[in-house]
Amino acid sequence: MNFSVLQFPASNCDQDAVHAVRLLGHSARLVWHKDASLGDTDAVIVPGGFSYGDYLRCGAIARFSPVMQAVKQFADNGGLVLGICNGFQVLTEAGLLPGALIRNRDLQFHCENVFLKTATHDSPFTSRIPAEKILRVPIAHGEGCYFADTETLAKLKANHQILWQYCDQGGNLTDAANPNGAVQNIAGICNEKRNVAGLMPHPERACESLLGSDDGKWIFESIFAALKNKTVAARA
Amino acid sequence: MKAKIIITPKKAVLDPQGKTVQTALEHMGYSGVTGVHIGKYIEIDLAPGTDKAAAHKALNEAAHKLLSNPVIEDYKLEIE
Repeated sequence: MNFSVLQFPASNCDQDAVHAVRLLGHSARLVWHKDASLGDTDAVIVPGGFSYGDYLRCGAIARFSPVMQAVKQFADNGGLVLGICNGFQVLTEAGLLPGALIRNRDLQFHCENVFLKTATHDSPFTSRIPAEKILRVPIAHGEGCYFADTETLAKLKANHQILWQYCDQGGNLTDAANPNGAVQNIAGICNEKRNVAGLMPHPERACESLLGSDDGKWIFESIFAALKNKTVAARA
Repeated sequence: MKAKIIITPKKAVLDPQGKTVQTALEHMGYSGVTGVHIGKYIEIDLAPGTDKAAAHKALNEAAHKLLSNPVIEDYKLEIE
């Protein structure tokens, strides 16, 4: 499978995402923010970092880059798009995902490991995560507090669009386990069509035991499986 | 000509900066402060003779699309 990893000025997790995809046996290449085409692509990763210096609001400027117009079209055609950290912020600013990410409730930048509970396995981003498995992955953000109004939240719940929630080691969704004040401990969501997802934690930094955890690989394995099913379906 | 845009967090959105400043003001002895909301102020210079109504329309659009995020922020636009 071919992954396109976007590269904005001040992206800083782009190489990590490329590394993770290659490590797990697939190909990935970087796509510059000024490119208006994604080329031959099976899935897109919008990586973490501080695109355009986080000026105005995180992700606000990146949204208007030529490459994001191509990503919008790719998503509209059903292509799989995963936004990680700043990538999640970019996708919400672009209107590809509902809600917004605001300043952490304690105003501090959090760089630590968190535990994630998978709220639904019914998505191309979660299907391969073992049942009951609590993922241990790192976060590194100052503006990761997910916010959505009551109406949007109700819709997210009704459509099972909440994919991951912050929890304690035992899988309990406690306030203490919520690093940033996100509503309902939300760490990641998908769109209604379930082909675009975003999360604040960094699965690409947790794909090999050398780095302390390889739990992040389950998210990538889910994407690989979804792409494989798609290819099989297209051939049939 | 100048356009002034004031952006504030929506009521329902957490504003930890505002809360922290409010607490600081209380600690300093300023009583009667019932809320602090921290936003942004943007000043845009416009060419002399710009049509005010047209600028208002264009900047409203820009404020909605880029300068503010309507999910979490409100804005006020003034042209003078």
